[in-house]
Amino acid sequence: MADVKYTNEHEWIRVDGDVGTIGITNYAQEQLGDVVFVDVPQVGRNVTKGESIAVVESVKAASDIFAPVSGEIVEANGALTDSPGDVNAEPMGKGWFFKIRLSNKSELVGLMDEAAYNTFVKGLG
Amino acid sequence: MTELKRTPLYALHKELGARLVPFAGYEMPVQYPAGILAEHAHTRSAAGLFDVSHMGQVRLTAKPGQNAAKALEALVPGDIAGLMPGQQRYTQFTNESGGILDDLMVTSTGDHLLLVINAACKDADVAHIQKHLAATCEVEPTFSRGLLALQGPLASQALARLAPSVAAMKFMTGAFVVIDGARCYVTRSGYTGGDGFEISTPADRTEAIARQLLAQPEVKPIGLGARDSLRLEAGLCLYGHDIDTATTPIEAGLLWSVGKERRAQGGFPGAAVVQKQIATGASRKRVGLLPDGKAIAREGAEIVIAGKILGKVTSGGFAPTLGRAVAMGYVERAHSANGTKVELMVRGKPVPAEIVPMPFVKHAYYRG
Repeated sequence: MADVKYTNEHEWIRVDGDVGTIGITNYAQEQLGDVVFVDVPQVGRNVTKGESIAVVESVKAASDIFAPVSGEIVEANGALTDSPGDVNAEPMGKGWFFKIRLSNKSELVGLMDEAAYNTFVKGLG
Repeated sequence: MTELKRTPLYALHKELGARLVPFAGYEMPVQYPAGILAEHAHTRSAAGLFDVSHMGQVRLTAKPGQNAAKALEALVPGDIAGLMPGQQRYTQFTNESGGILDDLMVTSTGDHLLLVINAACKDADVAHIQKHLAATCEVEPTFSRGLLALQGPLASQALARLAPSVAAMKFMTGAFVVIDGARCYVTRSGYTGGDGFEISTPADRTEAIARQLLAQPEVKPIGLGARDSLRLEAGLCLYGHDIDTATTPIEAGLLWSVGKERRAQGGFPGAAVVQKQIATGASRKRVGLLPDGKAIAREGAEIVIAGKILGKVTSGGFAPTLGRAVAMGYVERAHSANGTKVELMVRGKPVPAEIVPMPFVKHAYYRG
C-alpha cells in the first residue's frame, strides 16, 4: 500500500515507488471553500522542497501550494481546469494536483503520518 | 482585540451551520454549508436571505421649521430634496476634496429620512452627520435594528406571501410594511444587481421574521462571500476598496447619482472638484476588466498598458454566473476606452485582459 504523508501546509503526498502524488487535505479544502481554479506547475519543471509551485484559487482567496519534496514534475492534473470542484469533492482522490519524481526520498522523513496530521489539525482549534 | 459584536441573527447563523468570521467589528456569516458558489447561484435563480444587520441605520428628522432633505444635501451630492415620500436614492458623503467618506442609501418616508450606511463607517458617519446637521435635524442612530436583504428573482413572490403589498413596489422605493405582526420598513433595493428587498426590522423581531422568510420554499440563507461575488458581477462599488476618501464619485463612474441641479449648483463638500471633473473629465476612471483564461486578478493587482503601470485592480474575483474571473479597477482616463487591451499582474505574471463595460451580469431591477 502506498504511503501517505502530510505537511503542515495541509498538503498530502502519496508515494508509489519514486513518484509522489500531491494534493491538499480535506481540512484545507474546507477552509478554502469552493475551489474555482488551480494553477498547476509545468511538467518537466524541477522544484525544490518548500518552493511555491502551484496556486489554488477559491471564490474568496488565492493560496500557494508548496512543493512538499524536491524533484521533477512528471504529471499535472489537467482535469482540474474544467472541474476545479473535484478538489472539494475528493481532495485525496480525483482532486489531486500534480506528481513529482522524488530526487531525495529522505525528505519524506520530516513529514507527518496520518495520526500526527490529525493531531496537528485538532490543535488548530 | 476588542470583542466582536453580534447581530440579532447570531444564534440562527450558528444553528444554520454558518462559518462566522470577523467583519467590520461583527461576527458575520461568510458562508453556510452549501458554499459560496451554490449560494450565489441560488440568489441568481431563486431568493437569498442575507443578514446585513451590521450596516448602520440612521433616522434623520427635521427640527421645527427645518427641512431634513435640504440639510442632508450639505453633505452629499445626491438629489435628496427632490425625493418624494417613499422614494430612495443612492448617494455618497463627500469630503472637501470630493473624496468619498462613505456611500449610502437615503429613503424619504415623508416624515423623515432613513439612511443606511456601511458597517465599518457608521460611527464616523454619525459623528459627521451630528457635527454638521445637529442644529437642523434630530440624528437618531438605530444601530440595534435588524436589516435583512432578500434578493433574487423569486424574492418578491416569497416576501409577498408574508406581506402582499410588497409585490407592487418598484425599484428604489420604500414603505412601512407589517411582517409577522411587526412594523418594518421595506425598500425594493439591494446589492446584487437583481430584484430584491431590504427589510429593516425591530431588533427583537428580526429572528422571527428571518425564520418566516427561510420557511418559504424559494429562500435559502446566503453569506457575505456570495454577497461580494454578486455585487462584483453587478459592477457595484464596495466602500474601502473601489471607492474611498481618495476617490471622487466622478472617477468612480457614479455621475448618475449626482443630482442634475446639484451638478450646476454644488453646495456639497468638494463640489468644486466634482464640478471641474464633470466639466473637463477626471484624470482616472473606474473600469471593468475581463481577464483571459482562468487566472483571477484580485485587489491590488497592477494594470499594465503598453509596458507601463497605469492603475490597480480594486476588486476582482470569480464571477460564478459567468464561470470566469472578472475585475474592476482604475486606469488613467486616456487609456480607459472599452476594448483597450491591458495586462493584469497576477503573482508577478502578466495576464492579458480587456477593458469592458459593466455590469458583468445584466441588472434585473423591478421597475414595474
